[in-house]
Amino acid sequence: MIFSLAAFGALALLTPLLTRFMGRRVFLVLALLPAAVFVVLLTWLPGVLAGTPVTETVEWIPALDIALSFRLDALAMLLALIVTGIGALVLAYCTWYFDDDEPALGRFAALLLAFAGVMLGLVTADDVFVLFTFWEATSVLSYLLIGHYTGRKESRGAALQALTVTTFGGLAMLVGLVLLSVEGGTTSLSALIAEPVTGVAGEWGIALVLVGAISKSALVPFHFWLPAAMAAPTPVSAYLHAAAMVKAGVYLVARLAPGYADLAVWHPIIVLLGGLTMLVGGWRALRQYDLKLMLAYGTVSQLGFLVLVTGFGTRDAALAGVALLLAHALFKAALFLVVGIVDHTAGTRDWRKLSGLGRRMPVVATIAFLAAASMAGVPPLLGFVAKEGVFTAFLEEAAHGASGFAAWGWLALAAAFLGSVLTVAYSVRFVWGAFFTRADAAPATLHRMSPWSGLAPGLLAVAGLVGAFAIAGIEPLLAAYADEFPGSHDYHLALWHGFEPALWLSLAVFALGALLVWGRARVARMQASLPPLVDSSRGYLGIVSVVDRFAAAVTTAIQQRGLPGYVALIVLVFIGGLGIAGVANTAWPGTVRLWDYPSQPFLAFVMAVAAIAAAVVRQRMTAVLLVSVTGYGLVLLFGMSGAPDLALTQALVETIVIVVFVLVLRRLPKQIAQRHPPVHKLARGIIGGVAGAVMGLVGFIALGARIEPTIAEGLPALAIEAHGKNIVNVMLVDLRAWDTLGEISVLVAVATGVASLIFVSGRTGGAPRLDVQPNRRDRLRPVPEKASSIRAARPSLAEVDGETDAAAEAAETRQTWLLAGRTLSPRRRSILIEVLVRLLFHPAIVVSVYLLFVGHNAPGGGFAGGLLAGLALVARYLAGGRYELGEAAPVDAGHLLGAGLLLAAGTAASSLFLGLTVFESSWFELDVPVLGTLSIGTSTLFDIGVYMVVIGLVLDILRALGAEIDRQEEEAEDEHPGFGGVEHGEGQAEGAATGEVAAATQGGGSGA
Amino acid sequence: MTASLTLIVLMAVLFGAGIAIMLERSLTRVLIGFLLVGNAVNILIYLMSGSPGLAPILGEGVDESEISDPLPQAFVLTAIVINLGITAFMLALIYRSWWLAQLGEKGDLVDDEAELAEDAEEAADLLRSSAADDLAIQQMIDASDEEPSSRVRWSTSGEGAYRDRSRDRGDGDR
Repeated sequence: MIFSLAAFGALALLTPLLTRFMGRRVFLVLALLPAAVFVVLLTWLPGVLAGTPVTETVEWIPALDIALSFRLDALAMLLALIVTGIGALVLAYCTWYFDDDEPALGRFAALLLAFAGVMLGLVTADDVFVLFTFWEATSVLSYLLIGHYTGRKESRGAALQALTVTTFGGLAMLVGLVLLSVEGGTTSLSALIAEPVTGVAGEWGIALVLVGAISKSALVPFHFWLPAAMAAPTPVSAYLHAAAMVKAGVYLVARLAPGYADLAVWHPIIVLLGGLTMLVGGWRALRQYDLKLMLAYGTVSQLGFLVLVTGFGTRDAALAGVALLLAHALFKAALFLVVGIVDHTAGTRDWRKLSGLGRRMPVVATIAFLAAASMAGVPPLLGFVAKEGVFTAFLEEAAHGASGFAAWGWLALAAAFLGSVLTVAYSVRFVWGAFFTRADAAPATLHRMSPWSGLAPGLLAVAGLVGAFAIAGIEPLLAAYADEFPGSHDYHLALWHGFEPALWLSLAVFALGALLVWGRARVARMQASLPPLVDSSRGYLGIVSVVDRFAAAVTTAIQQRGLPGYVALIVLVFIGGLGIAGVANTAWPGTVRLWDYPSQPFLAFVMAVAAIAAAVVRQRMTAVLLVSVTGYGLVLLFGMSGAPDLALTQALVETIVIVVFVLVLRRLPKQIAQRHPPVHKLARGIIGGVAGAVMGLVGFIALGARIEPTIAEGLPALAIEAHGKNIVNVMLVDLRAWDTLGEISVLVAVATGVASLIFVSGRTGGAPRLDVQPNRRDRLRPVPEKASSIRAARPSLAEVDGETDAAAEAAETRQTWLLAGRTLSPRRRSILIEVLVRLLFHPAIVVSVYLLFVGHNAPGGGFAGGLLAGLALVARYLAGGRYELGEAAPVDAGHLLGAGLLLAAGTAASSLFLGLTVFESSWFELDVPVLGTLSIGTSTLFDIGVYMVVIGLVLDILRALGAEIDRQEEEAEDEHPGFGGVEHGEGQAEGAATGEVAAATQGGGSGA
Repeated sequence: MTASLTLIVLMAVLFGAGIAIMLERSLTRVLIGFLLVGNAVNILIYLMSGSPGLAPILGEGVDESEISDPLPQAFVLTAIVINLGITAFMLALIYRSWWLAQLGEKGDLVDDEAELAEDAEEAADLLRSSAADDLAIQQMIDASDEEPSSRVRWSTSGEGAYRDRSRDRGDGDR
C-alpha cells in the first residue's frame, strides 16, 4: 500500500513533464496506475474476505505515537476499489474531454492523479493523524482542482468556499481526534473502534469528528459548497464531488459506527442532519435548469441518505448502506460524465436549450437512462437492491427495535421515503430535460466528441446493472463490514425478496414520484413561493462579507498612517501589554540606590538633556550630534563602572557612526518639507513619554525580580581554563562563541546589503585606485603632483571659471602627504589634516593589531581592534578622498568579509578534526617581547576572523556610502550642474571637522 | 539586587525621546530615534549586572567577588557593533530611496498621505474582490433556479439572464 502511494506521488510529480511531450494522451498513461492498483487490490480480496486485513506500518513520529500505519479491511477495500476503479475511468475519460491546448493541462493532470493517491491513503490509513493529514490534503487538492479555471470569478469563489468550509470542519475534526486518541491512549483507528472511548470526552470527541465528516460530505448546514464546486471541470465533479472525496465523510461515519453508534450524540446528528439533507438536496434538485447543478443537489441529497443509512447503527442498515455507497458511486459518476459529454457536444448544460439529444445520441441517452434509473431505485438495478435493503432495515428497527431506537427508525424511514420520492422526480426531470424533444427549443448544433468518451460512463452504468444480478457475488465484501455490528446475519441483499413491506414502499415511492412529475408546474410554483428551506449559502456569504469588510477597514485604517502609524501601533501595544503587567506587579526591588558614584547623576543629566533636545531640534545634523552626546556619555558611564571593553568599543563605534551620518546627510537636501505629520507633535511626545515610563518600570522591576545568584560567579574559573584574563573577551571568542559567530554573520549580511543598495551595478573590486602605481619606495614618501596620472582626471583648474592660473600652478607644484591627495580640488584640501593622517595612520594600524592580540587578557579584542583599523581607514578617506581609500586598503571588502567569516567558522569546525566538539579550544603559548606571554589558541584565530569582518564592514561602508556616493554626485554634477551638489562644500567641511574628532579619538585609543 | 535610580531614569528618558523621534515621517529622524532607543536598551542590559565593581579582568590581587558581572557586558558589546551595522544599512536605504527614486526636495519622506491612502485602498480592494468571487458563484447558482413565471409554459423565457452569464464565462464550462 505504501508502495502504491509512493508511486502515485512520484508519477504525479512527473506528470507535468510528461504532459509537455504527450499532450492530453498523458491521461491514458496516468489511468494505468490506478488500474494497476485496482488489480493488485483484487488479488488481495480473498485474504480480506477471510478476515485478515492487510496491514503495513512505518514509524513516523514515535514521540507522539504517530506511525504511518495502513490497514486494509473490508470497508477500506470497498472504498479503495471505488477510488482506484473510478479513478482510472475518469482519468481515461479526460483524454477525450480536454483538448491539447487546454491551459495548465499538466497541472490539472498531476493534481487529479495526486488526488487519487491521497484518497487511497485516506481510506486505508489506520493512524487517525495520518488519516487527518490525507483528509486535509484532499481538501487542498479539491481547492486547486475546483479553481482550475483561474481566470473565472466563479471558479475562484467556489474553490475558496469549498476550502473554507471543509477545513473548518477539518479543524473541528482534529480537535475531536486529539480528544479521542488522548482519552483512548492510542492513535490507531481500529483500536479506538474496538475499544470505544465513552463518557464526556467520547461524546465531545465524536461530535467534533462528525462535524468534520458532515462538512466534508456536504450535509446541512454545510451543503452549499458542493453545488458551488460545480464550477470545476466535469471530470473533477464526477470524481471528487460524486464518487470519492465527498464519500470521505460517509466513510468516516461508516468506520466509526460499529464502535460509537450507541453514544448519545450520535443518532441526533446522523438521523436529523442526514434526513434533513436528503430532503433539502432533493427539493433543490427538483428546481434546477442546469443539469450539473441538478446532479449536484442530487448528490447532496444522496450523501445525506448515505450518512443516514450507514450511520444508523444496525447490521442490516450498514449492509444496505455500503451497497448504496457502491451504487451511488457508480451511477453518479456515470451521470456526471454524461453531463460532460452533453455540455461538450451541445455547448450548454441548460436543459431549456436542449432538445432531441436522445434521438441523435442514443448510446449516451441509454447510458444516462440506466444510471438515472439506478439513482431512482428502479429494478433491476443496483440502486433498487440497495434501497430495498434500506427500507427493510428501517422498518425492522421501527417495528422491533429497542424503545429508544424505534422512534429513530420511524424518523429515518420517513426521511428515506420522502427523499426517495424526490429522487424519483428529479431523476425523471434529468433524463427528460437532457434528452427528450421539446417543441419550443431548437435542436442545437452538435460538436461530437470521440465515441471513446462514452466508455467510462458506459462501463459504470452497465456495472450498476450487472451488479444487481451479481449481488450474491458482491455481498460477501459488503457483509464482511456489516457483520462487525451485532444482530442476526439473516438478511441478504437481493433483487427479489417476495411481496414484502419494502416492496410496497418502493411502489408507493414510484407512484408519488410520478405524481410530482405530472404536477410539475404546480410544484414549481410552490417551490418558488416557499422561502428556501435551508439556505445557508447566504449565511456564509454574510459572514464572509462581514469578515472581508472588517479586514478592509482595518487595513485602510492602519495603512493610511504609513510607517509612523505602524511604529505608533507597535509602541501602543508595548505600552498596553507591558504597562498593565508592570502596574500589576508585586515584586519590587528591596533597596534602591540613587547613584553609583557622585558624578553619575551629572553625566546622566547631560545625556538626558541631549536626548530631549534631539527630539526638539529641527536640524538633522544637530540631532545626530546630540545623539552622539548620549553615545559618548555612555563611554564615560561604562568606563567609570568597570566596563573598559564597552567604553572602548562604544567610543570607536560612536565616532564611525557620526562619520557615516555625515557622509549620507551631506547629499540629502537640508530642509525637508514636512506637511501634515501623521502623528501629532503632542501625541508623539505623550506616546514617547509613556513608553519611556513603561520601560523604566520594566527595568526597575527586572532588577528586583532576580532571586537566583548570577551565573557570573562561575565565569572567572572558566576564563582561566580558557587561558584568558579578560572575561568579556573570553566569553565572546570562547564561552559564547556561537553568539559571536552569529553576530559576525549579521555584519557580513549588513555590509553586503549596504554595498548592494548603493552600487547599482556590480560591487566587486576595491575602492578606485590611481592609474599609475608609485613604486614601493615612493609610497612611503610624499610624491610630487602629477594630475595626468589619475584615471578620472579633474579638469585643469585653469579651465574652471573663476580660478586663476596662479592657483593652478600652486596646485601642480605642491608636494603631497597623501597618495591621492592631489585628486582633490585644492580648495577642499587641508594640509594639516593630511599631515596628521599621514602620521597617525600606521601607528593606528599597529595599535589595532596590538588590541587584537592582547584582547584575551586586557581590554581590546577583535571588535575593538577591527573598529580602530576601520577608523584609521575612515581618516584616510576623509583626508584624501575616494582614491586615497583605494590606496589605503587595496582589497575587495567582500573578500575581506568572506575570508574573516571563513576563518571564524573554519576555526570553529577545525576543533572537529582534533577530536573535539565545535568551538572547543586548544592552545599553545609563547613569550613575545613587548606583548608578554601570548597564548595563541583557536580562539585567537577566531578573534582574527572577527577582526577581519569588522574591517570589512567599515571598508564596505566607506566604499559604498563614501566613495560611491562621491562618484554618483560628480556624475550628477556633470549632468545637472548645481543639482545635488549644493551642500557639498559644507558636507566636506563637516567631514573634515569629523576627521579631527577621529584623529583625536585615535590618539585616545592609542593612549589606552 | 539593587539598582541605580539615576541610570533607570536616564534609560527611560533616552527610550522615550527615541520613541518620540521615531514617530516622525522623515526616515533620518526615525534612524536618529533608533540610535537613542539602542543606547537606552544597552543601558537597560548593562543595568542588569547590578552594582558596578572592578573591570572583569583577572590579574594579580583581583578579588573575583569584586568584579562586575561580565555577562551583560558581552551582550552589550555585540549590540553596539550590530548597531553600527544596522545604522549603516538604514542610511544606505535612506540614500537609495532618495537617489534612485529621484525624490529631490522631498528628501527622505518616502511616502505621502495620498499614496498611502491609495495603497490602503488597493489592499482593501483585494480583500473585497474575494467577496465578488463569492457573489459570482452565488449568482450562478441562483440563475439555475426555476422561476414560476417562465415555469407555466415550460418555455425559454428568462433566458436572457442565462445568456448574459454564459457570455461572462466565456465558452461555458469547457
